[in-house]
Amino acid sequence: MIGLIGVKVGMTQIFDEQGAVIPVTVIKINDNVVVSERTEEKDGYSAALIGSVDKKNPTKPYAGQFPKGVAPKRYCTEIKDFEGEYAVGDSLSMDLLENVTYVDVIGTCKGKGYQGVVRRHGFAGGRKTHGSKFHRANGSTGMAAWPSRVIKGTKMPGRMGNSRVTVQNLKLVKVDKEKKVVLVKGAVPGTRNSMVFIRSAVKKENG
Amino acid sequence: MDVINAVEQEIMKDTVVDFKAGDTVKVNYRIVEGQNQRIQAFEGICIAIKNSGLRRTFTVRKISYGVGVERIFPLNSPRIESIEVVRRGRVRRAKLYYLRNRIGKAAKVRELIRKKR
Repeated sequence: MIGLIGVKVGMTQIFDEQGAVIPVTVIKINDNVVVSERTEEKDGYSAALIGSVDKKNPTKPYAGQFPKGVAPKRYCTEIKDFEGEYAVGDSLSMDLLENVTYVDVIGTCKGKGYQGVVRRHGFAGGRKTHGSKFHRANGSTGMAAWPSRVIKGTKMPGRMGNSRVTVQNLKLVKVDKEKKVVLVKGAVPGTRNSMVFIRSAVKKENG
Repeated sequence: MDVINAVEQEIMKDTVVDFKAGDTVKVNYRIVEGQNQRIQAFEGICIAIKNSGLRRTFTVRKISYGVGVERIFPLNSPRIESIEVVRRGRVRRAKLYYLRNRIGKAAKVRELIRKKR
């Protein structure tokens, strides 16, 4: 797998060769550095730990996690079975994404606050009119005398959003090395200026 | 936002828009049908121009066989070959959505005639 850490800049649109409009998300790729390595012998799996964006005023215990010569990074991600050669301290360039056509983008989605079941879980809700007394409530939450409790995991109202979301198989429209920018077709989770992790699509063969 | 501006600037056409709402325009629009390409003209009154950087669009309205037809064109679209101004119109607002509610002669826009000094 290959991947990079980036920052969501925002959305815009571009035109393809036919002149059709494509909605794109602009993701800025700052410096990505290989911070550490996980090996089969030591950790039981192989992965590269990459980091991006220098951390301001890191504490000593935090800084101690990073090898000498590598500035402590604010965001770190492990990439399992990293393809290609690398050594700790190497900075990864955007050349990685050169032959990639589809990507998965992982980010933290916008917080929606406390939401009801219609919005949060897609419940259908009831009729608004014709004497209906059931509108957006969640309805029954379980059985009666047995088990006489609510089963764990029952869908109920609560906090929505602000969680890790993966969007799969987005087309990589353009890789602009000069501006250090990647254009991905469609929307990407998160607010502007939020961190996103962009990797070659897991479910597409040519990645 | 600067990054987005930089991305948009690359695709933006540098043609000057020399028409306004109320003008009758002829848009030569390239249509791709499989392998073939041809240019189709769409002539009508421009009823609105929406400015928002790269995404700016204009709406052209015409009456075709008694039915009102509106098309929205992205100004920066590479499919637009050229835009000809057929007639200048005298209007007092930027968006002429009121034309939609008018029929026949009432839906006309007066021609703009500039007096020579």
